[in-house]
Amino acid sequence: MADSQTTRKRAIDVVNASLKKRYAREARFRRVGLGAVILGLVFVSVLFLDIVGKGYTAFVQTHVELEVYLDPAIIDPQGTRDMQAIARANFRKIVREPLKELFPEVSGRRDKRALNKILSSGAPYQLLDMVRADPALIGQRVSVDLLVDDDIDMLVKGHIDRNAPPADRRVNDKVIGWVDRLDEQGLIKSKFNTGFFTNGDSREPELAGIGGAVAGSFYTLLVTLLLSFPIGVAAAVYLEEFAPKNRWTDLIEVNINNLAAVPSIVFGLLGLAMFINLFGLPRSAPLVGGLVLTLMTLPTIIIASRAALKSVPPSIREAALGVGASRMQTVFHHVVPLAMPGMLTGTIIGMAQALGETAPLLMIGMVAFIVDIPGGPMDPATVLPVQVYLWADSPERAFVERTSAAIIVLLGFLIAMNTIAVIMRRRFERRW
Amino acid sequence: MQTSVLILVLLGVMALAFHFGRRRSLLTVGGRSKVRDLHSLPAYYGFYTALWAGLPALLVAGLWLFFEGSVITAMVVEALPAETKALPPAQLGLVVNDITNLANGNIVAGEIDDTLRRAADHMNELRGIGKLALAVVVLSVALGAGSLAWRAVGPKMRARNRVEWIVSMLLIVSSMIAIFTTVGIVLSVLFESFRFFQKIPLADFLFGLEWSPQVALRADQVGASGAFGAVPLFAGTLLISFIALLVAVPIGLMSAIYLADYASPRLRSYAKPVLEVLAGVPTVVYGFFAALTLAPAIRVAGESLGLSVSSESALAAGLVMGVMIIPFVSSLSDDVINAVPQSLRDAAYALGATRSETIRQVILPAALPGIMGGILLAASRAIGETMIVVMAAGLSANLTANPLDSVTTVTVQIVTLLVGDQEFDSAKTLAAFALGLLLFVVTLGLNIVALHIVRKYREQYE
Repeated sequence: MADSQTTRKRAIDVVNASLKKRYAREARFRRVGLGAVILGLVFVSVLFLDIVGKGYTAFVQTHVELEVYLDPAIIDPQGTRDMQAIARANFRKIVREPLKELFPEVSGRRDKRALNKILSSGAPYQLLDMVRADPALIGQRVSVDLLVDDDIDMLVKGHIDRNAPPADRRVNDKVIGWVDRLDEQGLIKSKFNTGFFTNGDSREPELAGIGGAVAGSFYTLLVTLLLSFPIGVAAAVYLEEFAPKNRWTDLIEVNINNLAAVPSIVFGLLGLAMFINLFGLPRSAPLVGGLVLTLMTLPTIIIASRAALKSVPPSIREAALGVGASRMQTVFHHVVPLAMPGMLTGTIIGMAQALGETAPLLMIGMVAFIVDIPGGPMDPATVLPVQVYLWADSPERAFVERTSAAIIVLLGFLIAMNTIAVIMRRRFERRW
Repeated sequence: MQTSVLILVLLGVMALAFHFGRRRSLLTVGGRSKVRDLHSLPAYYGFYTALWAGLPALLVAGLWLFFEGSVITAMVVEALPAETKALPPAQLGLVVNDITNLANGNIVAGEIDDTLRRAADHMNELRGIGKLALAVVVLSVALGAGSLAWRAVGPKMRARNRVEWIVSMLLIVSSMIAIFTTVGIVLSVLFESFRFFQKIPLADFLFGLEWSPQVALRADQVGASGAFGAVPLFAGTLLISFIALLVAVPIGLMSAIYLADYASPRLRSYAKPVLEVLAGVPTVVYGFFAALTLAPAIRVAGESLGLSVSSESALAAGLVMGVMIIPFVSSLSDDVINAVPQSLRDAAYALGATRSETIRQVILPAALPGIMGGILLAASRAIGETMIVVMAAGLSANLTANPLDSVTTVTVQIVTLLVGDQEFDSAKTLAAFALGLLLFVVTLGLNIVALHIVRKYREQYE
């Protein structure tokens, strides 16, 4: 009796002695877990802060306010007001004139060229557009906010270190002095950058915009949506409601699951070999991009739609069949409408994936440098993520800012789409 | 007539056919009051007529558009002067290309002689005729088939069954698109890879240690050996994927465990969606981050330690890729951890185990197969990931295990070989397809194994 008591005591002692160590281990494990979660959250915030920090300045653009004289002798010497002749006029000379007046001391070819380089190469076209819109301006003195060159834009935004050795920066001390003088006179202005949203691509950062890429993404996604939603829903309805359970349908199921995990670039190879080389569809067209993305998003939509169909209780089907509906009527009049919110949620998520996809579109030639804004699904186009890729390769500092801004817009679209999907799921989700 | 206009007209014809079919069904039984004498609801007769008016015409239009290009080209070639026709096929192809460009109003390389211009005019003329003929043929097929169906409408016709049969056929075809896609992928990469392996022996490709896909134009050209040994690419891919898994597996697994077993519901409801955001960020954004923020930072840090770091180090790409796949690992681990029955936990707690002991000694061993499956899926993601490595990893095929060096991967090479101008016979272009085949096979294998493990594991506890 006494013997067994001592052993029991000993067991408790052993446990008690180890407790401190075990609790310490417990706490350590817990801290490691918390650390992992915090690390993950830190990654998210670093990623977003970095992009936003680099990109938010691109939403304003530096202009310089100059008073230009729209000299009729240069613009329209014959006085015909013929727009084609006006388009060929030397607007460059007109925009340079006021700079010359402001800095009369500048002489020498190199300095003059540097002075003129303050203005963007797009500035003459600004004037041309103004004259086009209102020919009565010819012969008047107007005060215009003209675009400045990307280097000056970077300087004003503080992205160029003024204290760096001159060889390391893209603007020399003279230019900095001129810009400072313009700034003292209150001529340097920052305005909201509408051109960034409306322009197509350009080699000049200050003229480049995401308008073309957004339009390309729109047409690509439109094609994707029009094809993948009906096909995806039809496939899900067949597999869930009609398909007999046999090896053939098993094969289809396994196939869909595997396709969901095939690397996206392989779909690009398919698009290149099939749609472009075999069927002869045009390269760089949103139509082909849409076809490729359709094949990519179909598994997502089919899997989500099947889950939605599965969640409709069998009692609905039995009730419909019981009052004499055919199977087709049961499915299309009752089951599919009830599953529709879930299907739409899956479709939105699939579309969000398609919007962010880049690699397969590189394969089918949507990486071309395209200035024009596409007007339809057959025009050559690029898409927003590919535009990000293209700009990320450009060496100019100003493109870093624009790339980040394009990413902000892209993420904005994605967050909006996913939020809609979440809200739809919350609002329409039914518990049976 | 434009194709889009033609399709709109066809839709109009279908709407009309619906209307007439429906009306005829009611007329044959003598008005709305006798609708019970019909076999099906009147709308089904309408659908029946409309489907007959639309589907055959669409089929004809599809086939026509598919073959139109080659038929017109053949006719144009037939009409070319004899000496042009006698050219070897490759040169004839160039001529045809010029003619097509000229006909499309594009810029043509080289000078345009009279023959070319005449051929281009001929092509445009044929195209115009083709468009017109297509419109006539399609519309007459639509009207003909539609009116035949319309005449067949009657009270005895089982319209509903027929319509439902057609609809079920459409459903079956839609569900087979997945199969067609797989077959298409396999055929397109297999076919081109086959041509590649006719030029480069399979063993050279799989076991060669040097990758330099520039094919020499002249024999004495420098640096253009045209070596297609893919081992450096495999090594680079594995190195980057390994770094990625080294980041993603501990963080993903530990955060899944913490969120499942320790976190308060409040923290879980916030932290989980935020971590899932990492899966929704487009890969091009990660690539940008890796190339412009992380890689320079690593370089600076490495240089301050006296290491020589390549500006396109495998480390930067691997770290960022690891961040990208954290949510895959954590959500899959979360699934399998939650699938471990509560009774196992309760038993461990009843024996006096602490929470971490329960997790480490009961739950993790029970969930291990599922977690392995999740890791394999994450690995296949990492191997197939393209944009991060295209933007942040290098192009030079170094055979190295040093994460600070620049390496290249299979996907990077596919992109560099295929973006830009290409001729479709060179080993360089075909090599991309061989790499694609390899990528497809490897990721497919990993997926099948992983899905098998996960499914088997789930069944074990259900």
